[in-house]
Amino acid sequence: MAVATQDGMNVPGTSYVRATPVEAKPAPGATTGVVGWVRANLLSSPSNIVLTIISILLVIWIVPPLIEFMLTHAVWNGADREACLPTAERPEVGACWPFVKDRFAYFIYGSYPIPERWRVDVFFAMLAVGIFWLLWLEAPRRDLGALYFFVVVPVFSYVLLNGMDTIGLRRVDTSLWGGVLVTMVVSWVGIVCSLPVGILLALGRRSTMPAVKLFSVIFIEFVRGVPLITVLFMASVMLPLFVPDAYSPDKLLRALIGIAMFASAYMAEVVRAGLQAIPKGQYEGAMAVGLGYWQMMYLIVLPQALKITIPNIVNTYIGLFKDTTLVVIVGIFDFLRTVEVSRIDPKWAAPTTSATGYAFAAMFYFICCYGMSRYAKSVEARLAKSDHR
Amino acid sequence: MSIAQESGPPKVSPIYDPKVRSIAYQVILCAVIVFLAYSAVRNAADNLARAKIASGFGFWNQTAGFDISQTLIEYTAQAGTYGRAFWVGLLNTLLVAAIGIVLATVVGFLVGIARLSKNFLLSKLSAGYVELIRNVPLLLQLLFWYNAVLKALPDLRDSWTLPGSIFLNNRGFFAPSPVFQPGMEFVGGAFVVGVIGAVGYRNWARKKQERTGAQSPVALVALGLIIGLPVIAFFLAGMPATLEFPEKGRFNIRGGMEILPELVALVIGLTFYTGAFIAEVVRAGIMAVSRGQTEAAGALGLRTGQTLKLVVIPQAMRVIIPPLTSQYLNLTKNSTLAVFVGYPDLVQIFTGTVLNQTGQAVEVVMITMAVYLTISLVTSTVMNWYNSRIALVER
Repeated sequence: MAVATQDGMNVPGTSYVRATPVEAKPAPGATTGVVGWVRANLLSSPSNIVLTIISILLVIWIVPPLIEFMLTHAVWNGADREACLPTAERPEVGACWPFVKDRFAYFIYGSYPIPERWRVDVFFAMLAVGIFWLLWLEAPRRDLGALYFFVVVPVFSYVLLNGMDTIGLRRVDTSLWGGVLVTMVVSWVGIVCSLPVGILLALGRRSTMPAVKLFSVIFIEFVRGVPLITVLFMASVMLPLFVPDAYSPDKLLRALIGIAMFASAYMAEVVRAGLQAIPKGQYEGAMAVGLGYWQMMYLIVLPQALKITIPNIVNTYIGLFKDTTLVVIVGIFDFLRTVEVSRIDPKWAAPTTSATGYAFAAMFYFICCYGMSRYAKSVEARLAKSDHR
Repeated sequence: MSIAQESGPPKVSPIYDPKVRSIAYQVILCAVIVFLAYSAVRNAADNLARAKIASGFGFWNQTAGFDISQTLIEYTAQAGTYGRAFWVGLLNTLLVAAIGIVLATVVGFLVGIARLSKNFLLSKLSAGYVELIRNVPLLLQLLFWYNAVLKALPDLRDSWTLPGSIFLNNRGFFAPSPVFQPGMEFVGGAFVVGVIGAVGYRNWARKKQERTGAQSPVALVALGLIIGLPVIAFFLAGMPATLEFPEKGRFNIRGGMEILPELVALVIGLTFYTGAFIAEVVRAGIMAVSRGQTEAAGALGLRTGQTLKLVVIPQAMRVIIPPLTSQYLNLTKNSTLAVFVGYPDLVQIFTGTVLNQTGQAVEVVMITMAVYLTISLVTSTVMNWYNSRIALVER
């Protein structure tokens, strides 16, 4: 505009400059609202349209049959398999929920004697309090919580679940334990043992003492290099050989030892990553103020290292929780095993019983594991935020 | 005098000397370990003697006397030894691991990239898949595939028949199998020559591009060499292979190739499970390449495909390779879950049947662990070598 004079004449030599305004382009299609969103996210290009169509077909293929199976075609009431068999007026039978309802107590407690099941409930409640105390980062006195979770609950629940005749609690043999109880006991013993042992192994691996370092490295790499099943086999068939006959551990204890060993090695690597993330200045500062090795670790390094490791510890725990399903190999009835033996029970044998049992088990594991992973994510986000003041 | 006293090292008891302490700790640790090992060995000897089990590896050459449902090498219940059974199991493990690794990589890369897609539906679907699979135990998934899906297929009489004489039923998958006649070795030889030629051509093309900047059609030539040469050799040798079709009888299916439902369930389960983890690895790897790299590539005039191939993927691979390796190892270790669906892998045959028959717990478990340790160590050594080759060279 600057080059055009007031009467509209172009200054000589600037004929390439436009003298009249360009005609306005039509307004773009909606960029906001539902239409704009669909256009931007689903239909932005031909390939995107193809992907959208494929995705919609996938959803149509998966979701309606799933809803039919779980809800609309499902059987909700009944006393035995008759209720879940396909009939002439109902050829398509979905999930057989009365089967789960009937077997629910077995899934939770296994064969634990019915009059004693309140003890299991108390154990679950104690565990829930401990987990809540430790995982809620603003909870008061979390040091007491740790003491409660790692010392009080183990001793108390051992007496409670196993029984002690002198205080009037009937002995309950571990072969009767089962279901969610065993899954919880195994995974919780795994975490209670693996955290302290894992910290020691991690410190050992970073130690300057060659013998300590060598031992830690061999243990960690050996256990991490072999499958959990072989560790369980080792605990199950070799351990009884290595101890005097009189002290031969029972089946559950063998599995617990195997799981604890396995989890410790993985936890050690997680903690080691946390230790490595602590700047060297922290160690040097601690030494400069005259702290000894254990004081330095306990007061300065571990509190920082463990804090940033919480998400990874929770993730390791998720893996451990899923891995507890393998203890059936040594003959223990964990939750998945109780589902597995129930689904072939002749009382409930119907075409959809197996799928129902697996769907129920999957929901249980999914809710537990997904919940934990959301928690780990939220802690991670919080830690990331607190890094930037 | 007083200055000299202060500057000299203070006299302390040797108990507080870090060196003495460290040696003492290590001696105590070694003593404890030696004691534990010694008492374990002594107890084991006692217990074995009481159970009248001879220790040692003498069982290796004894006749096994049990059948195995899938054998890649020749094995019979009458003539096979425990040692032979070990090799059968090991090969079955390697087979399932190899198939699983290939398929899981494909699934993982597809889903990982799909999760980063701008397409809302696709990325949410992939996210749903990853979250669902990762939060449900692998064992549960395997049992589901085996008991609820494959065992629910129709029985033999009502087998599903796919074109090309492929039968699906609850006893497994039956497909035509190739039968080789003499002359097939030429085709194999041509394949090897093709691969060597393709690698050579690629190296030559790269040198040429570095020298002159001219690009060569590497992919086309390599494809032609690797596929074309064997095909030509196949026809020149007079087509020395035919297909044997399975025939459905009344009670069984004869001929052709039989794929056990156990193998199928295991491969499907491992593929979907590990695929979900690989998807996360891939996603993290691609997200680790900063957006500026893509924009700079665009500014240089590279097209989307070229940007991916030349800029993004090489950098992402550096981040992806180490965790990908550990996923491959996890898959191999997880293949031991074969024992729960009855696929005859190393653990099922060796730590299961052989251990039960011989009672040689220590030897059998030790051999099994040694195998997996070797696989782990070899894989991580190779991958470390590869990783150091592609790692960023800094000052």
